[in-house]
Amino acid sequence: MTTPGAASESAADFGCREAPVLRERGQHEVFCGLTGIIWLHRKIQDAFFLIVGSRTCAHLMQSAAGVMIFAEPRFATAILQEQDLAGLADANDELDRVVGRLLDRRPDIKLLFLVGSCPSEVIKIDLSRAAKRLSDRHAPGTRVLSYSGSGLETSFTQGEDACLAALVPEMPAAPANAERELLVVGSLPDVVEDQFGRLFAALGIGGARFFPARRAGDLPAVGRNTSYLLAQPFLGETARLLDERGATRLAAPFPFGAEGTTLWLRAAADAWGVDDEAFREAIAAPRERARKALERHREALAGRSIFFFPDSQLEVPLARFLARELDMRPVEVGTPWLHRRHLAEELDLLPAGTVLSEGQDVDRQLDRCRDARPDLTVCGLGLANPLEAEGLATKWAIELVFSPIHGYEQAGELAELFARPLIRHGLLKV
Amino acid sequence: MELTVWTYEGPPQIGAMRIATAMRGVHYVVHAPQGDTYADLLFTMIERRDHRPAVTYSTFMATDLGGDTATLFQTTARAAVERFRPQALLVGSSCTGELIQDDPGGLAKALNLPIPVIPLDLPSYQRKENWGAAETFYRLVRGLAGPTAPPPGTPRREMPTDRRPRCNLLGPTALGFRHRDDLRAVTLLLQRLGVDVHVVAPLGAAPSDLARLGEADFNVVLYPEVAGTAASWLERTFKQPTVRTVPIGVGATREFVAEVADLVGADPAPVLDDETLRLPWYSRSVDSTYLTGKRVFVFGDATHAVAAARVATDEFGFTVVGLGTYSREFGREVRAAAERHGLEALITDDYLDVETAIAAAHPDLVLGTQMERHISKRLGIPCAVISAPVHVQDFPARTAPQMGIEGANVLFDTWVHPLMMGLEEHLLMMFRDDFEFHAEAAPSHLAGTHRAAPEPAGADAPAAAATRDEGAAVAPAWDADAEKELRKIPFFVRGKARRNTERFAAERGLSNITVETLYDAKAHFGR
Repeated sequence: MTTPGAASESAADFGCREAPVLRERGQHEVFCGLTGIIWLHRKIQDAFFLIVGSRTCAHLMQSAAGVMIFAEPRFATAILQEQDLAGLADANDELDRVVGRLLDRRPDIKLLFLVGSCPSEVIKIDLSRAAKRLSDRHAPGTRVLSYSGSGLETSFTQGEDACLAALVPEMPAAPANAERELLVVGSLPDVVEDQFGRLFAALGIGGARFFPARRAGDLPAVGRNTSYLLAQPFLGETARLLDERGATRLAAPFPFGAEGTTLWLRAAADAWGVDDEAFREAIAAPRERARKALERHREALAGRSIFFFPDSQLEVPLARFLARELDMRPVEVGTPWLHRRHLAEELDLLPAGTVLSEGQDVDRQLDRCRDARPDLTVCGLGLANPLEAEGLATKWAIELVFSPIHGYEQAGELAELFARPLIRHGLLKV
Repeated sequence: MELTVWTYEGPPQIGAMRIATAMRGVHYVVHAPQGDTYADLLFTMIERRDHRPAVTYSTFMATDLGGDTATLFQTTARAAVERFRPQALLVGSSCTGELIQDDPGGLAKALNLPIPVIPLDLPSYQRKENWGAAETFYRLVRGLAGPTAPPPGTPRREMPTDRRPRCNLLGPTALGFRHRDDLRAVTLLLQRLGVDVHVVAPLGAAPSDLARLGEADFNVVLYPEVAGTAASWLERTFKQPTVRTVPIGVGATREFVAEVADLVGADPAPVLDDETLRLPWYSRSVDSTYLTGKRVFVFGDATHAVAAARVATDEFGFTVVGLGTYSREFGREVRAAAERHGLEALITDDYLDVETAIAAAHPDLVLGTQMERHISKRLGIPCAVISAPVHVQDFPARTAPQMGIEGANVLFDTWVHPLMMGLEEHLLMMFRDDFEFHAEAAPSHLAGTHRAAPEPAGADAPAAAATRDEGAAVAPAWDADAEKELRKIPFFVRGKARRNTERFAAERGLSNITVETLYDAKAHFGR
């Protein structure tokens, strides 16, 4: 199989760019895009997310959030009632009333997202028109935008894509003669943002901006002089809209692990013409810290097989990280949606012969998983305990979305997330 | 439209899932989009089930909507039956499935499956989880026991003379609050009365068991929210008497035992004299004197809230200062109970209303759900959980019923635990300036965890606080001496002393609070 480190690999061992993909249709054991609100509402600190949906949507948010953080969170659900459906109440009037009540109660809201759901899509409530109307009414205090987090169109992290895509038209235009500017796209924990900010500064790439910004009013400018790095692999629509505004994507693997982070930073350094020596010097210390941190988890992980159920679209980059830096053996890498162009550099680094699957028929995938008996299975919360009961060690996929895992300083923690279930299995004598 | 953040109950299809998952040999096919599968984690994570819930979702997408979602449903249902081989199939829609009007019942019938198909009509935009559970259980019972119904006009059943009497235990579900343990506790009571348990349903029952429900001599309804409808139908159809007394607490357990004993002609005395029933003596023991008149606020599902209010007054000597439920279907029962306590019932499913009511009532203890546990944490009030909605903590490893004899013991322990212990309360008063017993000290057995710490200042807090305090008149200012005197009062009553004094001062138009005002207020409110 793969050998430790990248030095002795042969080209034949890696590369899945042209590999066939098993496309499946059936029950998807994946959250819908509404769930993205759980981290987006913490990230954009003066935004509020109002789901226009059903009791199911509210119950999903409550259950998926795991713990109820009871100081009123910055999201809520406007639950559709029988009279809204029967046309007894005008949905738009009702929405205006609910938003009015909300903004009276929460005058601190600067940006309000109306978030579409399965029911609001099916009964065709036009939230983009409603957003325009409400924006006019509540200007200048509150801006109102809309996007859809419906499970009919989005799965889990695609909710963030839809949210950021709604923000792109709001970004100011950078003047034509503006200095070249680096934009990092995709929400990251603040601490990770700050680490990357320091690294870019050390590389001489000044003034890197992050999108989304922590405050709704701080949207970075975009234009022909914007080069952007995707920090997350699930931002297809956001990237398309940034491209339309003249920005250029810097193609790179995603910043997971020491190698991924280095290649990701390298893409920016190349675009800014940073020479090799300066690059190596800027990243030497953190890269070494990451290497050492990873070394501690190699024993638990090397040679073990891993099976990914689709969840967040992080699966391909994470499988690549685990295969190349910790010598794990990916058996199947399932992802809800495989963005071939954005993942091209990732697929090049994935061990040849890895089974790639897109979409899901959960029962058939469980059959394949049971046949493969992987050492570790990455899956959602609905599947983890049932698989544990069958003797398979599992890792909750959702933790990978809610924990800081990007960059050099988090590489060790990222490896530990995978090592912990295996270590625990070894520890327990009951 | 109704604006909400947290809900006490999920949508009705969650109720249906609780029935399907509780049973053996039943599978539920829901016409629903991707994302509705979130519900699986309630069972695998909160209840720690080691199997996936018995549910399959048709998972239609936007691209299917113009096309043939009906065929997708049929394909899904057929595949689920082949894979899981259930003995009966439930079919229905989630909230979105309901909107596309594909008629899962008709579609499944058209498949000519070799097993009974029970269609569910659960209006997602009107009803909620418990109603969904009750309706699903009723449909299953009616569908599967219906064929064995005696002809109309059959007289009421007599108790048998040639064998031990037997009853069905109705109501326990998956994801139920202590259902697993209540079942054990109630089975024990029945055994000691010489009654056999014929069928327990839905928990652990197969469709063939539901077909045998009519063979029992009577039915026991443990959870009216779930089993009330089915039990009424069984009573009408099979002429089976129904025991509806829910044995939560000593008094209700005694009534339950007496009712069953009377029904089957058994002697209740040995069961009632159970030496393992400790609540009555513990409550009479002098160390419990301090519980007298503690003000409690009760909120939960109707059954647990009504039971808790009764236990609180009759068995703990508490004063109930608030009683409410989110179970609108049982509003009448809860209103009647509240009246017995001289209160007006709070019937709402808006947790903000509940929070306001709790804050206004200044209780010493809240008996509520996980929602009230959060509210109480914010308000710095001790709380014990008595009802669903459930949390992983409500599935303890040990047996901890709410019902029967052991249930009463559990109530005593869990309700007293969050409170300052009796002697500790006196010691704190006596040594209030001692460095260890200082006024900020938390109960020693709680390691400072439930201290009325203000919620960590999230970005939300200031805004929420600002809106909350709106309308409150400007509070009178405290003189330094008065403030110092206030700090000598133990913390667990200090909040109330502060509020009462401020109210007292405000009502009298005083702008300053002196030491005198503090003691005037104390005398006025006379505690």
